[in-house]
Amino acid sequence: MSPRLHLWAGIVVAFCGAMSGIFVVAVNAWMNAPVGFTLVDGELTDIHPMRVFSSPAFPSQAAHMTFAAYAAVSVLAAGIHAFALLRTPGSRFHELALRITLIMAAVAVPLQLLTGDLAGKHIARDQPVKLAAAEAHFHTTQGAPLSIGGYADMEARERKLAIEIPYGLSLLAASDPHATVRGLEEFPESDWPPVNIVHFAFQIMVACGSAMFALVVWFVVAKLRKKDVTRQRLFLKACVAAAPLGMIAIEAGWTVTEVGRQPWIVHGFMRTADAVTPMPGLIVPFLTFTVLYVVLGVIVIALLRAHVFQARELG
Amino acid sequence: MSAADFVYLTMGVALVIYVLSAGADFGAGVWHLLARGPRGEAQRKVLEKAIAPIWEANHVWMIFIIVVMFTAFPRAFAVVSIAFHIPITLTLIGIVLRGAAFVFRAYGLRPDATRERYGRVFAWSSAVTPVFLGWVLAGMSSGAVVYEGNVMRSGYAAGWTTPYAMAVGAFALTLFAMLAAVYMTLETGGETQNDFRKRALATELAAAPIALATFLLAPQALKDNFTQSVWFEAVQILTAAAALTAIAALVRKRYRLARASVMLQVTLIVVGWGLAMRGDFVLGVVGIHNSGTQAATLPLLIGITLGGSLLLVPSLVVLFRAFKGAKA
Repeated sequence: MSPRLHLWAGIVVAFCGAMSGIFVVAVNAWMNAPVGFTLVDGELTDIHPMRVFSSPAFPSQAAHMTFAAYAAVSVLAAGIHAFALLRTPGSRFHELALRITLIMAAVAVPLQLLTGDLAGKHIARDQPVKLAAAEAHFHTTQGAPLSIGGYADMEARERKLAIEIPYGLSLLAASDPHATVRGLEEFPESDWPPVNIVHFAFQIMVACGSAMFALVVWFVVAKLRKKDVTRQRLFLKACVAAAPLGMIAIEAGWTVTEVGRQPWIVHGFMRTADAVTPMPGLIVPFLTFTVLYVVLGVIVIALLRAHVFQARELG
Repeated sequence: MSAADFVYLTMGVALVIYVLSAGADFGAGVWHLLARGPRGEAQRKVLEKAIAPIWEANHVWMIFIIVVMFTAFPRAFAVVSIAFHIPITLTLIGIVLRGAAFVFRAYGLRPDATRERYGRVFAWSSAVTPVFLGWVLAGMSSGAVVYEGNVMRSGYAAGWTTPYAMAVGAFALTLFAMLAAVYMTLETGGETQNDFRKRALATELAAAPIALATFLLAPQALKDNFTQSVWFEAVQILTAAAALTAIAALVRKRYRLARASVMLQVTLIVVGWGLAMRGDFVLGVVGIHNSGTQAATLPLLIGITLGGSLLLVPSLVVLFRAFKGAKA
């Protein structure tokens, strides 16, 4: 294969990879905010398939997931190369690779925070229950604070032990410190998702994103001061520590959007309980696949370790 | 031909390509498992080398069939995935295990014991998965599924636990192994080539009684559909002719002719099954006309499929030329 064709194949992979991710998210965005059909007596009519892209959830969700992928992978790769540099300092290969991945992260991570803000504004408008659950926000409040940590006391219907940033939630939801943010109390409890799962997942996602942002700021500030952080052991250690954060944030983010939509599979139209197969004993395939993927995951980590140790010799 | 008929036909074409490509990859696992004798290790090596660049790409056809099915025929998709939950899950586990084991084996940097273990997992899961896949197809064509008012009245073992299903499983496995053996004669030389030639002949000869048993055990409705089809005689005669040509070609070591013949033979077997299904997905339960097809989605689906194939087909041509062009 010629080098040109090889390069082209790579471009096609990158482009189609991003596009298929965006199309998959389009389906999920539609499940969160369904559009393009009319339901008459349980039958779908007046169907417009292309309108899936006009779901209000689509733009922010697609952007948020696409940049999440770039941010997570660049931070993960940076961590791997930083790890190698800690073991074999001065390796030209890993220094260059680390720099490339950090530059990528310096673009993707800040954009990711921005798209997260857009997604927050969208769910405040179109999926208020999800936002209320994410924030364990029970009572409708004007000028609502943003919570850090804490948990939802489901008996007392209150958020407990959280650090509150005044006006934070109103700013996030509507760019207005005095905006009213609806609490869970406004919705029937049968439409609530499991509040604490959504709340914890949201906190984990935001924490991981913030830590990645701090790492990127460190890199950029040092760069502006013409310092080469790729030779600072402390920075390299920070990169290694940050390596899994993007992946954890993605998992947590999907937990927010999926668990946060419960009890619906298609928001407002179809309950998850009505969508599931009538096949009894679903715990069996669930456990089987869980065990299977845990085993495969462990093997993958072992092989990746072996692979990275071999790649070290390239340096 | 309506748009829905066209989409059904497209799925049939994809199934044929899947069987001819991915089917042979499963078959390669069978020969990996059965490799023995003085050239056992050499056989395993060429088998791995033959499928390594293409086995992942070959799965696009299965993905295509599944996505098109739930897009165009959602009710059929629901019935199939409920009625055949168990064999579909088994197939999925098999596909996951063999793919993972094959990749692990390739990247298993530590020496032979670990590699060997992954190789065994790959070979075994390759050898059993076609049987599970056969059970699903048998279930779909069994006529034993009763589904009313969103309740699976016939239970979760209907259609795929019968002697007919066992025969279809064995038949699928034999055909996949035969395809692999014949393809391998064009990827090898010398004694190893002769090994695969003998294996190809053996499976081609074994396929005949298994085919007969499958036909005899087939449910009456399926047999009636097939024998009443206007294409019945033509398909029967051509299949037999292709099989005989393949045998003759293998005996006379004309490998390209053998490959073309077995590809035609297997294609005709799938076509025959398709004719017998007469537009149904689950015989007598759901078909083209009662699968909840939405007219608005079909033109889009067809357009996207054709548009996508402008990218997919040249890519696959490049792939197969790059890795298979030199010898084949």
